[in-house]
Amino acid sequence: MDTGSMTGSNMDYLAILIQFLVVLSFVGITIILTHLLGPKRKNEEKLSNFECGIESIGDARLPYSVKYFLAAILFVLFDIEIIFFYPWAVNFKELGMSGFIKMIIFVTPFLLGYFYVIKKGVLKWH
Amino acid sequence: MAAALFYALSLICIVSSLIMIFHKNTMYSVLFLLVTFFSVAGLYVTLNAQFLAIVHIIVYAGAIMVLFLYVIMFLNMSHIINFQKSKAIKIAATATGLMFLLVIIAALSSATYNGNVTAGHEIGLASTLGHIIFNEFLIPFEVSSILFLSAMVGVVIFNKKDLIDE
Repeated sequence: MDTGSMTGSNMDYLAILIQFLVVLSFVGITIILTHLLGPKRKNEEKLSNFECGIESIGDARLPYSVKYFLAAILFVLFDIEIIFFYPWAVNFKELGMSGFIKMIIFVTPFLLGYFYVIKKGVLKWH
Repeated sequence: MAAALFYALSLICIVSSLIMIFHKNTMYSVLFLLVTFFSVAGLYVTLNAQFLAIVHIIVYAGAIMVLFLYVIMFLNMSHIINFQKSKAIKIAATATGLMFLLVIIAALSSATYNGNVTAGHEIGLASTLGHIIFNEFLIPFEVSSILFLSAMVGVVIFNKKDLIDE
């Protein structure tokens, strides 16, 4: 793991940085090249949004139901719950039974909240 | 090499966050916020906080960003909103901002910096963190789930408000 003068394990992430650079430069180069090489036909038909052949009505910035936002908040909460599972899963064998019970205690309020949310009909679409 | 990477990421972070604040189009602001999140995650990796970096990408760039986008969708952005505030509010905002800056400067100047901290490469890994969470910081960890429950209660109350409006 340790590569001498470099700070060991965090240099393993250099590959991710290189991948980022490759991806960004690929996207950048393709966008610039298509603009330079492609033919340019600028008329109203070409510049309008493609809507599967149907004429577009209004614009995309319509007000949405708050339900979407509530679903997103719930998603974030359970996402963070899953985050706490990673350190547990890595040490699953070492932490053993006590770790399992600790995790059950942690998850119980989530489960209660989940049933509470379903019972109150937050996820019901009407 | 590592130091150069750190400074490059810091520069990207600062520049993209400044663009995020000053851009007129909120959609572009969100995109630059995303750049900021990724560069901060990169900074975490250079500081040996690998798990935190991954969590930062999953939670902030993945989930919190979705919340920001929903908030933008709620505001009707088809016409440009002019935030015209009165002079008193502007002065108050500047004053509180400067006071916050003063607090940060005071905290930084009183902090002692003794050279490079040799924390080791293993400190930020998920396995190390798991040991700390499940032994040393068990009580805060368990209590945090109550915090999430309170957030769920908040969601339910928002939903009720929605029902009253209909």
